[in-house]
Amino acid sequence: MHPFAYARPTTLSAALALLDEHGADAYVLAGGTDLVVELRNRAIGPTIVIDIKRVAELRPLISQTGDQLRISATAVMADVEADARVRSHFPALVEAAATVGSIQIRNRATLAGNICHASPAADTAPALLVYGAELNLASARAPRRMRLAEFFLGPGKTALKPGELVTSIDLPLVTEPHGATFARLTRRRGVDLATINLCCRVDAGGRTQFGYGAVGPRPFLVADESGLLANPEATDVARDEVLLRLLTQASPISDVRGSREYRRAMLLVMSRRALRKSIDRLSAIRDSPPGGKGGAAGSA
Amino acid sequence: MIHLTVNGSDYALDVPASSSLLDLLRDQLRLTGSKACCEVGECGACTVLVDDRSVNSCLMLAAEADGSAVTTIEGLATHGQLNRLQDAFLATGAVQCGFCIPGQVMAAQYLLQVNPRPTLAEIKEALSGNLCRCGGYEQICDAVLSASEADR
Repeated sequence: MHPFAYARPTTLSAALALLDEHGADAYVLAGGTDLVVELRNRAIGPTIVIDIKRVAELRPLISQTGDQLRISATAVMADVEADARVRSHFPALVEAAATVGSIQIRNRATLAGNICHASPAADTAPALLVYGAELNLASARAPRRMRLAEFFLGPGKTALKPGELVTSIDLPLVTEPHGATFARLTRRRGVDLATINLCCRVDAGGRTQFGYGAVGPRPFLVADESGLLANPEATDVARDEVLLRLLTQASPISDVRGSREYRRAMLLVMSRRALRKSIDRLSAIRDSPPGGKGGAAGSA
Repeated sequence: MIHLTVNGSDYALDVPASSSLLDLLRDQLRLTGSKACCEVGECGACTVLVDDRSVNSCLMLAAEADGSAVTTIEGLATHGQLNRLQDAFLATGAVQCGFCIPGQVMAAQYLLQVNPRPTLAEIKEALSGNLCRCGGYEQICDAVLSASEADR
């Protein structure tokens, strides 16, 4: 590693002042599971690493305020997986978080870090997209909010400006009955990047959304507002037609994990499966008594 | 200067910002049970417990461990007596070349701490971040299963 200074501010204003002072030469450290690898590979050479884990304002890790759940920038995947509120409201996010790396990685890697690293294959991005995640950004100047869909600009590139920090991710609680499913294609289970990842959400009102990862320069969100995909009476042929139209937004490349053609073929297969599972989960919720556990919380 | 507890002993150490926790354990404290192998968080050979959570010590800066309690493979035995999990690894022949074993044991130690009665599937998931080049996974899983409360 190149030499760098290490700072561990305990207040948000101190962290933002450091970020402001050092600009692009400063890197923010939360879990470090991506950052330390890049430091060691000398892919980056910051003059200062700012550890935000002791920043008081970034607690509690997960909190519910009104009609949204707020996940702090310091919450790790294991925290997200274990939280009862996340499990009951955002089960597909739990399924996604549970596939990241290994147990050791999930004990360190943060949800916000997964987003800020902006890998096209970030496993939590598709679920966060279909759940309508919004980011809270802070800087020495004015704070701002941004929809996650607008945050990803390309591989490793985000809308974060120098001096800006993601402080939390907000997930609006969904009041409408819905079923959601995360799905992932990999060569092997554990410590492998996704060949494809996706999340499907079917709403009782008829809207179907898909978030896709690893099949373009950035994770993206598409929706079918026609109600056809969500309609249990629709034919497979009609559904495929809609799915293929949504999938024109995918631009997969060939790499060590799979060819472009393989990804294209599997995208349709995996989308069909995730759609069916989401419809099944939605029916399970409709059939369960009100105030019940919310049948979307299926096991992967 | 950072302050931390390793295997029950307190230390105050000067560490460069660019040192990993693994560097600190191996080079400064001479605790070489934790192995430096892939150094990108994929093989699990450097697994230790930090504040009772399993982590890849190669992916943590030493400075991040300030104020923490660290347990390494060297900290499992008491008065020279191996713990139940370590004994199980020996009894089932799970140790072949031995290089990955400290990491495997620490990952399993964490599993049994949070889930004292794991199923075989849960053991496989818990150890999915630990690679064994000898291919002794079956015996390793047997060892964890036999050390768990499910086997009592």
